Amino acid sequence: MIPARRAIQRSPEARLLAVDTAGQINQILRADFVTLLRSGDLVIANDAATLPASLRGSHVATGGAIEVRLAGWPSATFDDPRCFDAIVFGAGDYRQRTEDRPSPPVLQPGDRLALGPLSARIEALLGHPRFVTLSFDGTPDAIWADLASHGKPIQYAHVPVPLKLWDVWTPIAGAPVAFEPPSAGFALDWRSLALMRARGIRFATLTHAAGISSTGDPELDNLLPLDEPFSIPAMTAAAINAARAHRGRVIAIGTTVVRALEAAGAHGGKVRCGNGVATGRIGAGTKLRIVDAILTGTHEPGTSHHALLRAFLDETRLSRIDAELAANHTRVRRFPAH
Amino acid sequence: MDQSYNSQSKGLPSLEPPLRVAITGGTAGLGLALVREFRRRGAEVAFVARDRERLQRVARELPGTHAIVGDLARKEDIYPIALQVTGSLGGVDVLVNNASSLGPVPLALLADTECEQLELALATNLVGPFRLSRALLGALSASARQGRGAVILNIISDAATNPYPQWGAYGASKAALLHLSRIWDTELAREGVRVLALDPGDMDTELHAIALPDAAPASLRRPESAARELADAIAAALPNGELCGVPPGSDRGSVQ
Repeated sequence: MIPARRAIQRSPEARLLAVDTAGQINQILRADFVTLLRSGDLVIANDAATLPASLRGSHVATGGAIEVRLAGWPSATFDDPRCFDAIVFGAGDYRQRTEDRPSPPVLQPGDRLALGPLSARIEALLGHPRFVTLSFDGTPDAIWADLASHGKPIQYAHVPVPLKLWDVWTPIAGAPVAFEPPSAGFALDWRSLALMRARGIRFATLTHAAGISSTGDPELDNLLPLDEPFSIPAMTAAAINAARAHRGRVIAIGTTVVRALEAAGAHGGKVRCGNGVATGRIGAGTKLRIVDAILTGTHEPGTSHHALLRAFLDETRLSRIDAELAANHTRVRRFPAH
Repeated sequence: MDQSYNSQSKGLPSLEPPLRVAITGGTAGLGLALVREFRRRGAEVAFVARDRERLQRVARELPGTHAIVGDLARKEDIYPIALQVTGSLGGVDVLVNNASSLGPVPLALLADTECEQLELALATNLVGPFRLSRALLGALSASARQGRGAVILNIISDAATNPYPQWGAYGASKAALLHLSRIWDTELAREGVRVLALDPGDMDTELHAIALPDAAPASLRRPESAARELADAIAAALPNGELCGVPPGSDRGSVQ
């Protein structure tokens, strides 16, 4: 039998900076984050599993080597694997920074792409030469099988070991609809869920199709985050509205949960169950209606995820956190932190 | 086995989408009978097996089912299987770990059993079900949180409790699976996920014929009959429409 190696994203030594409303910063073990919560709080996590969204192959007309990264769902639902929005890269692989990758061949609607056992057609260009909508040939079951055999999770130049699917699924990962991991969910394990329950802290989930986090192209990165469909179960919506009615805090595990809940509660401050699409950016000017606090990974200044934190903290406090992270060498760049 | 079953045939809970069931070893014997039984009851079914041709044959016979190629004994196959299960069904409510390995064939005394044969039995009968259950636990617990209920059924055998000579690799692996099921059922009760371990009895299947070629088929149970009882046991462990508001664990039956 093959011995399991320790999952790199669930290090027991991982640390957490706790920042209270007064701006006071404390450092604790990430595994102890439940100690920051109190009875009546409601913790919401994103239970999306991550797709093997990186597909190697070629542009059929020119024979040019390409890598396709599935990046988003073109519609408001995420149950049909026949159609995706995608970013196309040229030759090379994740060992090169995306910024340094050559461009793919010139892409046109109607072009065919051969991606291992998968065959795809470019349906449309989305305002950029490398940003396309594509459709796969075959039945949904055949596409799932080919994605499972040929697709790899999106890889990162700063992660030395190739990531496997088991590295990018959080412990609560369910439906495979995310393009990169909702990585704040790696802070959760079944012990912490039991601890929450014992302390009177409720836990619920939603499913949010976290999109691609960066492309290495400033023009494309300006388009991020892409529109992201989400689904909120009836019991989750009821738990949120009950917590808010009883002045319990709603704590989001990760930026994707904030996006989904603020989109779902945009009208009247009540969260409705069902499907929706999160559009636009959350940032300094956003008044949060649903979420009171966030547990999140670290984010590079300048990214949309970093900007989202400005909805929780003013510039001065956020800068102090960045400085604290830099001073403690705690900026972890293993994963894009959703 | 029968004492732990509800003998009344139950329908499946009325859910939207319908109950979503994944079954390993789904192209022969009990697994195939379970695929047919759950399909007959209106469930969405994904089934896993190693042989692509047999999978396709069953998928043609039962339109609307989802056939998945995979080997539970291979670590590298587990997440691809989980991806296809959750992708094709949009989640999962019930997992039946049915695929089994006999260990050495013909059956052998433990002292004549190669270590690799024992390892293969453990990989298929214990570690594979553990890995797949764990990979699907996020989806199963999501179903439980939504009030749909969630059940893992591990197929065991009376060889898990009786020390039959020549059944060492199989019996030891099923004994471990039984105990794993008991512990996990206790741990996961608070998440609303039930873990059952049930023995379908000696059945007229390919696996049984390989193990005991001289057994008279007429003396053996039909797998269809066992599948009906197992489906009833799963239905009994799921909250029905009226029971949606009942806290998980309040209607717990005994685990064999």
